[in-house]
Amino acid sequence: MSVRKPLPHDAAPLHVTGAARYVDDIPTPAGTLHLAFGLSPVAHGEISALDLAAVRAAPGVVAVIGPDDLDPMPDCSPSAHDEPLLARGTVSYHGQPLFLVIANSHLAARKAARLADLRCAEAPAILTIDDALAANSRFEDGPRIWTRGDPAAAIAAAPHRVEGVIEIGGQEHFYLEGQAALALPQEGGDMVIHASSQHPSEVQHKVADALGVPMHAVRVEVRRMGGAFGGKESQGNALAIACALAARATGRPCKMRYDRDDDMVITGKRHDFRIAYCAGFDGDGRLAGVTFTQYARCGWSQDLSLPVADRAMLHADNAYFLPAVRIESHRLRTHTASATAFRGFGGPQGMVGIERVMDHIAHSLGRDPLAVRRLNYYAAASGPAGGPSAPPSPPEDISNQKKPTTPYGMEVTDFILHEMTDVLAERAGYAARRAAVAAWNAENPVLKRGIALTPVKFGISFTLSHLNQAGALVHVYQDGSIHLNHGGTEMGQGLFQKLAQVAASAFGVEVGEVRITATDTAKVPNTSATAASSGSDLNGMAVKIACDTIRDRIAAHLAETHQTDPRRVHFAAGKVFVGEEEMTFAQAAQSTYEARVSLSATGFYRTPGLSWDRIAGQGRPFFYFAYGAALSEVVLDTLTGENRILRTDILHDAGASLNPALDIGQIEGGFVQGAGWLTMEELVWDAAGRLRTHAPSTYKIPAVGDRPGVFNVTLWDGANTQETIYRSKAVGEPPFMLGISVLMALSDAVAACGPGYPAPDGPATPERLLAAIQRVRE
Amino acid sequence: MSLRFLLNGQTVVLADPPPMLTLLDWLRETRGLSGTKEGCNEGDCGACTVMVTDADGAKPLNACILLLPQLHGKAVRTVEGLAAPDGTPHPVQQALIDHHASQCGFCTPGFAVSMATAHRAGDTDHDTVLAGNLCRCTGYAPIIRAAQAAAVAPVPDWLDDPLADVPALEWGTCAANAIRPTSADALAAWYVQNPQATLIAGATDVGLWITKGLRDLGPVAFLNGCADLRGITVDAGEIRLGACVSIAEMLELMRAHHPHFAAMLTRFGSAQVRAAATVGGNIANGSPIGDSPPALIALGATLHLRKGDTRRSLPLEDFFVEYGKQDRTSGEFVEAVTIPRQADTLRCYKLSKRREQDISALCGCFNLGLEGDVIATARIAFGGMAGIPKRARAVEAALIGQPWAEATLRAALPAFAEDFQPMSDMRASAAYRLQTAQNMLLRLWHEGAAYATDIDAVTP
Repeated sequence: MSVRKPLPHDAAPLHVTGAARYVDDIPTPAGTLHLAFGLSPVAHGEISALDLAAVRAAPGVVAVIGPDDLDPMPDCSPSAHDEPLLARGTVSYHGQPLFLVIANSHLAARKAARLADLRCAEAPAILTIDDALAANSRFEDGPRIWTRGDPAAAIAAAPHRVEGVIEIGGQEHFYLEGQAALALPQEGGDMVIHASSQHPSEVQHKVADALGVPMHAVRVEVRRMGGAFGGKESQGNALAIACALAARATGRPCKMRYDRDDDMVITGKRHDFRIAYCAGFDGDGRLAGVTFTQYARCGWSQDLSLPVADRAMLHADNAYFLPAVRIESHRLRTHTASATAFRGFGGPQGMVGIERVMDHIAHSLGRDPLAVRRLNYYAAASGPAGGPSAPPSPPEDISNQKKPTTPYGMEVTDFILHEMTDVLAERAGYAARRAAVAAWNAENPVLKRGIALTPVKFGISFTLSHLNQAGALVHVYQDGSIHLNHGGTEMGQGLFQKLAQVAASAFGVEVGEVRITATDTAKVPNTSATAASSGSDLNGMAVKIACDTIRDRIAAHLAETHQTDPRRVHFAAGKVFVGEEEMTFAQAAQSTYEARVSLSATGFYRTPGLSWDRIAGQGRPFFYFAYGAALSEVVLDTLTGENRILRTDILHDAGASLNPALDIGQIEGGFVQGAGWLTMEELVWDAAGRLRTHAPSTYKIPAVGDRPGVFNVTLWDGANTQETIYRSKAVGEPPFMLGISVLMALSDAVAACGPGYPAPDGPATPERLLAAIQRVRE
Repeated sequence: MSLRFLLNGQTVVLADPPPMLTLLDWLRETRGLSGTKEGCNEGDCGACTVMVTDADGAKPLNACILLLPQLHGKAVRTVEGLAAPDGTPHPVQQALIDHHASQCGFCTPGFAVSMATAHRAGDTDHDTVLAGNLCRCTGYAPIIRAAQAAAVAPVPDWLDDPLADVPALEWGTCAANAIRPTSADALAAWYVQNPQATLIAGATDVGLWITKGLRDLGPVAFLNGCADLRGITVDAGEIRLGACVSIAEMLELMRAHHPHFAAMLTRFGSAQVRAAATVGGNIANGSPIGDSPPALIALGATLHLRKGDTRRSLPLEDFFVEYGKQDRTSGEFVEAVTIPRQADTLRCYKLSKRREQDISALCGCFNLGLEGDVIATARIAFGGMAGIPKRARAVEAALIGQPWAEATLRAALPAFAEDFQPMSDMRASAAYRLQTAQNMLLRLWHEGAAYATDIDAVTP
């Protein structure tokens, strides 16, 4: 079978030769025009005059579209219809598009876009969490609050308590390929769009809406993205809409790609959070009650902020049973770029909150943080989940009070972190290395080491339950070659190769027989975004269903011609076996075609068993959980706060992996991205609400030297207890949160400098770490 | 005259190319070679890396801030030109596939070219080679595995471009008001007549004026034809670096003379930036940061300026007057910098948010000379602590004549506030800058102790 093989990414030979095409590489027809937005120079204000004469007169400019040229104003929002394509009247953030330049070249458009004469009455801007709280500027009427038990009483009755606040910065996606779209006008007013988008159906929907045509008049194609990470779930809508409007206005193809600085200023990022916590616990560190108040800075529009903030609440427990808990979530509206989806979708922020609590508890008791974490783990699964030799759960985990349900009432039936933690701690030598770190720190006044092991339990499914559906379209041609299409998009994660492996396995052929084709709203309609780690879970099942349909038709046909039972028809090794006879798959396809049997089928899948009430915070929002654990060791320079990750060991649960090589790639990359978020990736806004870190010269994602010096990643040898595609598990987002181990290891290193609790905020830049070192020494 | 260079082995002749056109835009928009990617358009991500070969060998360069006239007489290989004519992949390309080192693939062409360039030179310091190539997907581990695997393969002969096919002829003035002088004399004569002109050496800074500032530069002179500005001479008294010596060349030179300076320079920009950027450019652009000026000042370097046939010299620190203002008259240019030969006592500390390829929050360079146990001489200079690269004269004064002791260093710490009132920006706060500048002085003492002080030397 093709599944489970560590095959390379299907496009790797194209990547390495430069032959892989991204939107900006598609050869365009003669006369193609290029677009750029003119951007707001202020964060908040009322436009009194927008004189575009100089823009129109600039060399190469073909047309300019201002806010008064559009009625109705097209909307770009994926949720609340609150994102006008161009600001009209009120400006809501620095960098907001004000007008659209259509020119003969990308450079001419960019140059002209800077020539507007704007008069704007600047108004006070709400920029920070504190500003928004003071102004009660928020989405939804008030905070969402989920409560279980009486946490206040539990904390009051507990012998020990800690409380604190952690600030967690946002994160720029920094997909290497910036946002891009190309619109090709068709006959009869139809429009074909090539977009760098995780969500072609939404692009189709928004473009149709902007053009005032039915969705059937718009076809959106996405072959691949040069990275996305959530940043192309909704943030590409504006470009596609602009291209479509300009293409209709001019009758010519129109292309738009953001310059990197524009991209970073215009588009949303990961939500920055503040989390205030209070926890009560016993002398061993066992939680009695905990409260979290989460403040999310959402920016000027709603975008996906509500489900992001929900997911932060849903991961406030991470791997820990919280007997009494209150989670309060504030979704704050500010005059900044609208925060959006980013790998983990709020989950990482919620998880950092409880990991901080665990670390804080351990420090306050002088206990090994890993011991405190394990003490509070959910009870071990009793079912068949887990690894090769699941040991019995530790005695402290089977107390009667500890029902294995999450704060939102979902039973945790597949918990395998006890076993995973044992294996990882043993394999990576946690105990001995922790002692070695302590010994080293005793002898070294300038450099300090730190070590931490943190777990991940991540819920898999869209929390908006209706999104958990997918479709596929498969053709077998009469020569036996296979054309595969599905609703998922390829952003580098290897989804297409995994699904080609699924298709190849269904037909018993080599993966090379399967042609992977661009995502196309005309082939598979009404798709969900490729997001929430769901790509292979949802589309893989849809592909398998489509393939099985065709395979069963071939089998039925061959059984009939050979006068045998369809169950005696087998597909393997590029051949079809019918009883004692065999033929090539191509011969079988030819025969089936000639018998006038359809060799084309659709597949459709929806995730079973979900029910979720997001207001009450109760139900089963997730099909299952994906697990992982990381052990990181760092060295910290106490003179400057500079640091390095010396070694990281990861054990991650991808279920029965569809492709171990691709899954390990997701884990390595996710970890480094997560570590970057919590260490060097710092977004800085000035007092006027301008992003000061809008290029890679000032916003620093990890470079090659920032990966761990020793980096061991292995897959947990297990299978999903749920019936997912070949019992695999989603792997896109969960490994991101393994990066939390680095923040906790840095906290451990700072703790070696003095008696205080370090409490570093994220990102733990050298400057913040040096400040933390001073705090613990005081 | 026309611009002539080799592109993937084929001769290209361009009559009067627009002098401000970047190689990246020309490749993608005119030649239809879309394998070279635009990731940032400012030389910080490496997605546009190309291999440029001249008589000195092959270099990786960022095509987004490389202007066509800089290529005159050279050979360019893009990602499309790495494989053999029969399609056989370059060893680094095959290794990238085999080791699952591409995910989204957008950065991959740049990595492939950087790796092939290093492979050709036999350079196996993969972390240093690839620090200028950003990847957001893989976490780099499989890319390094690929680089290690490819290192053992022989260098393909198909990359040997016939440079003789594109002799770097005198180019003269083109219609668009751009010249390419072939001597410092010719440059000096022209610059006196055109003092408003922009001089372009490596274009790692000027390139951004074009791609980000969208500026029209007016008359420009490309300095890459001035071989006499590229010389390095080392004699008993001094080391002389021509203004157009690249940072990469200075780095190699400093390995023997001032290794800690060389080590700091491995974190100056990236391989692509160091290959293009010049010593003269790094001084003349007047950046408050550097990173070479603080080290050169600490070494007591002298700057040599020329206007027409008139030359003058001044201590490098005196060149930097205040932010945005240098002691350079109209039509005057940097011809060379000289460093007095001396025993190596230079220590250079670069502090940035990210270790590799980041602009310094501050950079401190210390050159203390001991006589016995007494600090006899002290030259200390910082970048990032003021509007200019600046000497810490009060700190120096607090040290000179004092015994070499921790107490001496601690006693000198308050003097930092006399020398510097740093600013807060997105890289660091003023308080952090001041505190870490002080701590850099203390590091000098710690480095003499038995315990570890260098995080790069720590192993798990």
